[in-house]
Amino acid sequence: MNAQAIKGLVQPDRVHRAVYTDPGLFELELDRIFGRAWLILGHESQVASPGDFFTTRMGREPVLVTRHTDGTVRVLVNRCAHRGARVCEAPAGTTFGFVCAYHGWTYGTDGTLAGLPLPDGYPRPAGESVGGGLVRVPRVDSYHGFLFASLAEHGPTLAEFLGPLRASFDDFVERAPDGEVEVAGGVFKHAYHGNWKLVLENHNDTVHPAFVHASSIWAARQQPAAETGAYAEIGVRQMLQNGAPWEVWQNTGLWTAGYGHSWMADYHDDSRLVAALDHPAFAEYRTALERRLGRDGAARVLGELRWNSIVYPNCSFMSQFRQLRIVHPIAVDRTVVYAYSFRLKGAPERMFRDTVAFSNVVNGTASPVLTDDLEVYERTQEGLAAQRSDWLLLGREHGRDVPDGAGVLRGGSGTSEIHIRNQLAAWLEYMTAES
Amino acid sequence: MPAATETELRSKIEQFLYREAWLLDHGRLDEWLALFTDDATYWIPLQASQAEPLMTSSIVYDDRRLLEVRVRQFQHPRAHARVPAPRTVHQIGNVQILESGDHDVRAGSTLILVEYRRERQRVWGALVEHRLRRTAHGLRIAAERIDLVNSEAERDGIVCLF
Repeated sequence: MNAQAIKGLVQPDRVHRAVYTDPGLFELELDRIFGRAWLILGHESQVASPGDFFTTRMGREPVLVTRHTDGTVRVLVNRCAHRGARVCEAPAGTTFGFVCAYHGWTYGTDGTLAGLPLPDGYPRPAGESVGGGLVRVPRVDSYHGFLFASLAEHGPTLAEFLGPLRASFDDFVERAPDGEVEVAGGVFKHAYHGNWKLVLENHNDTVHPAFVHASSIWAARQQPAAETGAYAEIGVRQMLQNGAPWEVWQNTGLWTAGYGHSWMADYHDDSRLVAALDHPAFAEYRTALERRLGRDGAARVLGELRWNSIVYPNCSFMSQFRQLRIVHPIAVDRTVVYAYSFRLKGAPERMFRDTVAFSNVVNGTASPVLTDDLEVYERTQEGLAAQRSDWLLLGREHGRDVPDGAGVLRGGSGTSEIHIRNQLAAWLEYMTAES
Repeated sequence: MPAATETELRSKIEQFLYREAWLLDHGRLDEWLALFTDDATYWIPLQASQAEPLMTSSIVYDDRRLLEVRVRQFQHPRAHARVPAPRTVHQIGNVQILESGDHDVRAGSTLILVEYRRERQRVWGALVEHRLRRTAHGLRIAAERIDLVNSEAERDGIVCLF
């Protein structure tokens, strides 16, 4: 499909179904979006010490993220330079290097070829023939410990790419009394038979909860109130909050920025959701935060109410609740999402207990909430197979966007579809740019 | 424990587990819920050999309160992922008494579960451990732990009860 044809697929207030269903376009997305953009890979705490590594994906590339002996983070394509087998199968671990299972080619944690059997059998040194070892991902950078990489040699810097979304990452780490966070508590890996864009278009959609989550809202409303601090409280409160009246959603803030990013704020305050707010552990947490930031500084941080922040095309996170999701496109109609929890360093353990309880209910594979989202993504993908209708509408609050700072637009209300239009505008830009 | 008593207890536990499975397979969820004590926990760990449920995420870690919400959700007409409810067959085997005390009995079993919903059939395998409390009304579940063999896999949404 040429650039002209692709341009016809995304119009100001509607998008063609091919964007979600065409396998050829999906392959092009892997080249032009996932092959160019900064993709989030994880967090430095996953490779805290030299030799630590984890495996993940960048679009169709299986990659290894390592902490090399010199202390730097390296991102390597997980594919033996010899015959192409993946050199590492473990999801994470600590190692001196990687030994291919097939013929024993061995690589250091920077990907350098360190050894191979029968080296004299090659007319010229094998290392030279394979460019030194494992293929290195050309650009790697981090922001507040969040690791990003790009498969493109050239492009915007990470800071330029993130733009105003940096404030959401600032919020993430400022909430920690020690000013740092770490990945903890395991990772959920949920999958659905649908296009990767559906999950990103859903996270800042404030009209869907009343319908998609009607059953969990209703079930939670039947439940008598429990004493504050009970284990289940944070999860039950989140289910209830999904049933907020339209007025709350309309007044929620929804902002977009360059490269398809968006964030949603002023939806929750802690009193509506944080079960531990009047728990002694929360007072202890606030005191710890005040030690670093002062009373006003701590109040400012705790008053920041960011719900989902989306870094297009593969990241959606909740700084206020320490959740981060990485979206992996597998096929045009298959997507896997990894959901991580983070610990606030220096905060009482009880704070993390609530993060885990929240994660189970919101991001768990058997969550009463998430399972309904997954069901609707699948029904959407199935519906989009229909040939008699080509368009999906994105028109809510179209034409009512309000400029709000450099490159930032705010939706006419919290129920605007501005975030979806913005994602598709970025999609079009990536897909039609020649390099 | 004398052999006769142990056989009797194991048979009682087996009947209890079969009853639990029967209630689930026949959609009698309120009666299933009534098998649990008020302080019960229902746990499906995320990790193999997961040591604890509070500081590590779980596929499910419900106290009685969350379990009631989970069961009630099936009754809502717009419970998109749950209506129609999956049809299931729970096959229980290898029932063993692991520990027998005055108040509680710990029992291990294996579970093969076939689930059908919306044109898709899924097969689950799990190691199950029940902590059953001896009450005036007979045995009740104080804690149930279900270790799915694929708990760490990339996995589609789960709505069935194990």
